[in-house]
Amino acid sequence: MSKINLSVNLCGIQLTNPTILASGILGTTKALLKRVAENGAGAVTIKSISVESREGHKNPTVITFEAGMLNAVGYSNPGVDAAAREFTNLQDVGVPVIASVIGTQKEDFVRVVDGLSAQRFSAIEIPLSCPHTPGFGLLAGQGTPQATFDITSAVRKVTKLPIFVKLSPNIPEICTIAKAAEDAGADAITAVNSMGPGMIINIESQKPILSFKAGGVTGDALRPIAVRCVYDLYKAIKIPIIGVGGISTGRHAIEMIMAGASAIGIGTGVYSRGIDVFRKVCEEISLWMQENGFDSIKSMVGAAHD
Amino acid sequence: MIEQPMMAKICDIQEESPGVKTFFFKLNLNFEPGQFVMVWIPLLDEKPFTISYIQKDLVGISVLKRGVFTNAIHSKKIGDMLGIRGPYGRGFSLKPDSNSCVVGGGIGMASLATLVDRLNLVVDKRRGHVTVIQGARTAAEIIYQKRFRDMKLCTEDGTAGFRGTTVDLLKDLLKKQRFQKVYTCGPEKMLYKVVELCGEHGIECEVSLERYIKCGFGVCGQCDCSGQRVCIDGPIFNIQELSRMEDFGKITITKTGARVIH
Repeated sequence: MSKINLSVNLCGIQLTNPTILASGILGTTKALLKRVAENGAGAVTIKSISVESREGHKNPTVITFEAGMLNAVGYSNPGVDAAAREFTNLQDVGVPVIASVIGTQKEDFVRVVDGLSAQRFSAIEIPLSCPHTPGFGLLAGQGTPQATFDITSAVRKVTKLPIFVKLSPNIPEICTIAKAAEDAGADAITAVNSMGPGMIINIESQKPILSFKAGGVTGDALRPIAVRCVYDLYKAIKIPIIGVGGISTGRHAIEMIMAGASAIGIGTGVYSRGIDVFRKVCEEISLWMQENGFDSIKSMVGAAHD
Repeated sequence: MIEQPMMAKICDIQEESPGVKTFFFKLNLNFEPGQFVMVWIPLLDEKPFTISYIQKDLVGISVLKRGVFTNAIHSKKIGDMLGIRGPYGRGFSLKPDSNSCVVGGGIGMASLATLVDRLNLVVDKRRGHVTVIQGARTAAEIIYQKRFRDMKLCTEDGTAGFRGTTVDLLKDLLKKQRFQKVYTCGPEKMLYKVVELCGEHGIECEVSLERYIKCGFGVCGQCDCSGQRVCIDGPIFNIQELSRMEDFGKITITKTGARVIH
């Protein structure tokens, strides 16, 4: 394989390559994070953690369709105390680990960040944008500029780690929300969360398949929307962007980087290309860069802009 | 591939024991022994089950009545529909020309039934033999009574066959005969002991593991066992793989993601 350097510096975190395991996929245990790292991810994100444990929605929680995936897992997680025990000695994972933190109110975010502070996380991600879990994200009104500012400010006060604010593609004024996050001290924007919610109905039983009926849409269907969001954000904010949404090949990753992303998240791609999607995407990025005369990821960031 | 359930009509129901019924469907599944399907009851829930019968265009799932979901399945009648998606996971790898022992505990026997059928079909009788051990708490819980050629029974209370556990019976058999391969499914404590015993005797062993399954296709991470996704990397694991899985026999992960001790 080529010797192309894929490393990126994201808010002071050194990554050997720009691929990041997106939150909600395979991030349930430290052992799985390590496995994803061994399969080439530059960084990994844990499944979101709340103050109390949550069972989430009943099955079916994840299904696929012609153009991606539909999920309403409902933030199942063991709660902050169990998570703090699960994610000890994170240096064993081998790559930076990002903590995804959720709450129904800003005090919850603070409690979870506090509860995880003894573990060696490299950054905190706060998704204010889940479209399918009552009490959280969009369904709790966290997707407004004011709520984004308030929650981000509250987390900023209790951690020195970089804060990534994860936004919804649904909201036309995504740039206004991103600016609110930037003003409140966020270090990067993760764009985007799943869109929708959408619904898939089984016509023989005449019922929606997901137990929650509606779920967030990810995968190929989301990609053009995610690319446009990142393109718009790149012009509107100064902090770096982590581009997420439908990336499963090197070409997709480069497209997102050219829209303005400094690093890229992969989630549904684990389904379409397997757990080694990270290594495959990196090899494809390297090959393309070699053939097209690019020698660093940084030199491609925002290349699609005039 | 699209991971969505398709509705299948129940065309026959067979009682295997007072607590276990087999539901048959006319379905064309490309199913390998050891794999599983997700069974959906709209508006209720979806859970993993093995296929326990494959007969021409008929497939069957054997269901032990245990909780809300399995009670709901048991209340279904011929003509009712259930949603099915799959098959998922990695099945057993067969070692045909050898003496093998298939060890099933409780409803775990259902996961081994199509394997026994397949082995009996492919094993050359001059070169190998298939011995089945079925263990249950009591005689009434024995399933597939007349289904297999050489099935040895054991019960905890001694009401049928050998009095004791499947592990005791396997130990006993190993004094008299040699197996090249053991396949097993049942409570994880039993699996752990079977694997230990096979390790001591240098016998190849494959185990069907159970964890809480959500997606079934390797993305949600809910069924982790020491970095292995039971739904896609398993549910069948061999003795070498299990030796690297610290959680095997000790820890399982609940639907919240919390670790609990077996």
